[in-house]
Amino acid sequence: MTDQSALFEYLLRLGDNTLVLGHRVSEWCGHAPVLEEDIALANTALDLIGQTQMWLGLAGEVEGSGRSADDLAMHRDVWDFRNLLLVEQPNGDFGQTLMRQCLFDAFHLELLTDLTRASDDRIAAIAAKALKEVTYHLDRSSETVIGLGDGTEESHRRMQTALDLLWPYVGEMFTPDAVDLAMHAAGIAPDLTALRTRFDTRIDAILTEATLTKPDSTYAQSGGKTGFRHSEHLGHMLTQMQWLQRAYPGATW
Amino acid sequence: MYAQMVKSEATAEDPQKLAAFQARIDAGEKIEPKDWMPEGYRKTLIRQIGQHAHSEIVGQLPEGNWITRAPTLERKAILLAKVQDEAGHGLYLYCAAETLGVSRDELTEMLLDGRMKYSSIFNYPTLTWADMGAVGWLVDGAAIMNQVPLQRTSYGPYSRAMIRICKEESFHQRQGYHIMMKMAQGTPAQKKMAQDALNRFWYPSLMMFGPSDKDSVHSAQSMKWKIKMNTNDELRQKFVDQTVPQAEFLGLTVPDDTLRWNDDKGGYDFAEPDWSEFFDVIQGNGPCNTERLAARNKAWDDGAWVREGLMAHAAKKRAAKLAAE
Amino acid sequence: MKNEWPLWEVFIRGQHGLNHRHVGSLHAPDAEMAIKNARDVYTRRNEGVSIWVVEAAHITASSPSDKGPLYEPSESKVYRHPTFFDIPDEAGHM
Repeated sequence: MTDQSALFEYLLRLGDNTLVLGHRVSEWCGHAPVLEEDIALANTALDLIGQTQMWLGLAGEVEGSGRSADDLAMHRDVWDFRNLLLVEQPNGDFGQTLMRQCLFDAFHLELLTDLTRASDDRIAAIAAKALKEVTYHLDRSSETVIGLGDGTEESHRRMQTALDLLWPYVGEMFTPDAVDLAMHAAGIAPDLTALRTRFDTRIDAILTEATLTKPDSTYAQSGGKTGFRHSEHLGHMLTQMQWLQRAYPGATW
Repeated sequence: MYAQMVKSEATAEDPQKLAAFQARIDAGEKIEPKDWMPEGYRKTLIRQIGQHAHSEIVGQLPEGNWITRAPTLERKAILLAKVQDEAGHGLYLYCAAETLGVSRDELTEMLLDGRMKYSSIFNYPTLTWADMGAVGWLVDGAAIMNQVPLQRTSYGPYSRAMIRICKEESFHQRQGYHIMMKMAQGTPAQKKMAQDALNRFWYPSLMMFGPSDKDSVHSAQSMKWKIKMNTNDELRQKFVDQTVPQAEFLGLTVPDDTLRWNDDKGGYDFAEPDWSEFFDVIQGNGPCNTERLAARNKAWDDGAWVREGLMAHAAKKRAAKLAAE
Repeated sequence: MKNEWPLWEVFIRGQHGLNHRHVGSLHAPDAEMAIKNARDVYTRRNEGVSIWVVEAAHITASSPSDKGPLYEPSESKVYRHPTFFDIPDEAGHM
C-alpha cells in the first residue's frame, strides 16, 4: 500500500464515521423526548456534517481524481464505506443513541487530540477545529449517560441494555490494521493501543458514575473500517441518503 | 396563520380597569406578566401563543421528512439547521405562554389530545425535494407576513419572542427560494418537480391566513388588544402580491387561471382557496393529520422515561449535596 | 405523575465587557443541564461568551404596583445623567 492510498483510506475512515453518525443523529430531528434535547442533537449532527465536509473534501483532494465530498458521500456503495460498525448501528431508543454517542465521543476526543499533532498540517487543522466541537459532544453525552444510568429503575435498565448491545462494537475502534499502522508510521495517526488506555480511563469513570456495569466480554465485531463486512443497516441508510443523487444523475441541487 | 381561527374571549371585568388597560395598549405600552390584564386577554393569548408554538413543533415534521434524503451535505446541514430553528421557535413561544400561568407540559398535552390546534398547512405531505423549496418559499414567506408585525404586539414576552424568531427566520424563506431556483433552472425533471410543488402548496399557503375577515367574528377584539395586527385578507393580499412576481422569475405558473393584476386596487385579483377543504383539515381530516399527531404522541410517550430518568438523577444529586453540607 | 423539568431563566454575556442580559428561558432537570441546554438553545449563532442560569422560581420580581415608589425617585435625580451638565465645547471631550 502506498502512503498516498493509505492516507486516502484513513481520511475516508474519519469522514465516513462523522458522515454516518451525523446522519443517524439527524434522524432524531423532530422526535426527541424534549425540545431542548431535540435542539442539542441537531447541533451535534450539524457539527458532524461539517466535519464530514472537511474530511471527505480532503480525501477527494488526496485521491486526486476530482471527486468532491458530496461525490464520495453520495456515489459509493456499502463496500466502499470505511466507517466503524458502531456508528452505523440504528438509533434504537434515546438511551441507545446516547450510549452510542458517548462511546464514540470518548474515542473521537482522544483520536482528535492526537491528530492535532499530525505531521500533515491539513489534518492537524481539521482535527483542531473538530476537537472543540467534540469536547462538548462528550461533555453532553457523558452527562446524559450518567443521568439516565443513575436515574430511575427503568432508565437504568435501558442504559445497561444499550451498553450490553453496543459493547461488541467498541473493540473495532482500537484494533489496528495495515492502514492504521502505516499512518502511525507516517506520524499522522496515534498508537491505538495507547489510545485504548485513555479511552478506558474515561469510560470507566463515566460508567461508574452512571452505576452501569461494563460487560466483561472483549469480543469485538469487525469489518466496518476495512469495509470488508458492514452490518445490514448501512445499506438501508444509503438508500435514503443517496436516493436523489442516484435517481437523478447529473442534476445539481 | 400559525394561529388560525383563534377565538378571542369575552371579558367581564371592572370597566375602569379595562379602560386603563386599553389606554396603556393604545399608548403603545407593553403588558408584562405581572401586570393586571383582563382574563379574556390572558386566555386568548394562551390560545394564540400555544397554537403558534404547536405549529412550530408539528411544523418540524414535514421538513424533517427530507433531512435524511437531502441531496448534498450542504443542503442537509441547511435543512437540519432550519428545522432545528423551528424547535427553537416553539421553545421560545412555549416560554412566552408560560409567563401567562400555563406550563409547557400542559400545553403539550392539549396538543396531543386534540384540545389545541396547530396550523392547517402542516397537515399536507412533502413528497419531493422541491417541496423543501416550496415550503421555505411559500410557507415561511406567509408566516413572515404575520410574524413581522407581531413583533409589535402588546404582550411583552410574546413580542420579544417574535423579535428573536424574526431575526432567526430571515434565512428560512431565502433558502427555500434558493432551492426553487436550482430546481427551476435544472433538468426538465427538476423543473417538473418544482411546478408540481407549487401546484400543491399554493392554495394551502393561502389558507394559512385563515378565512376572510367577513367571517371572522373574533378579529376585532384581538386587534384592539394588539395581539392580532392585521386582518387575514390584508395579509393574504400582501402575500399574493409579493409571491406572484417571484413565481414569474422562476418561470413557474401559479395554479390560478383567474389571477390578474388589478390596477385600481394596485394588487392582484386571485381565486380564493377551497374553504371547505380548509375546514376539513382543521377538523382533523387533512391528508396528514393522523400521522402528524401520531408522531408527536410517539415522541412524547417514548421520551417519558428519559424525562423522568434525568429528573430522578437531578433529585439524587440535590439530596447528596444537601447531605454533604 | 406531575414531574415537569423546572423552568430556568437564561442570561448571556454577548461580548467581553458587557453585562449578562436576559435572553429567554428553558427547561432542564438541574443547573448543569440548564447551562448545557442554554448553550444549545441560545448560542446557536455565536451569541455568547458566558452563560448564567437561575431557576425561575428563585427570582423575586418587583410588583408592578411598586412602580411609582421604586423608580420615580430616580427620575428626579437628573444630575446622575451626563447631559445634565452643560460643559462648554472649549473644555474638550468629556
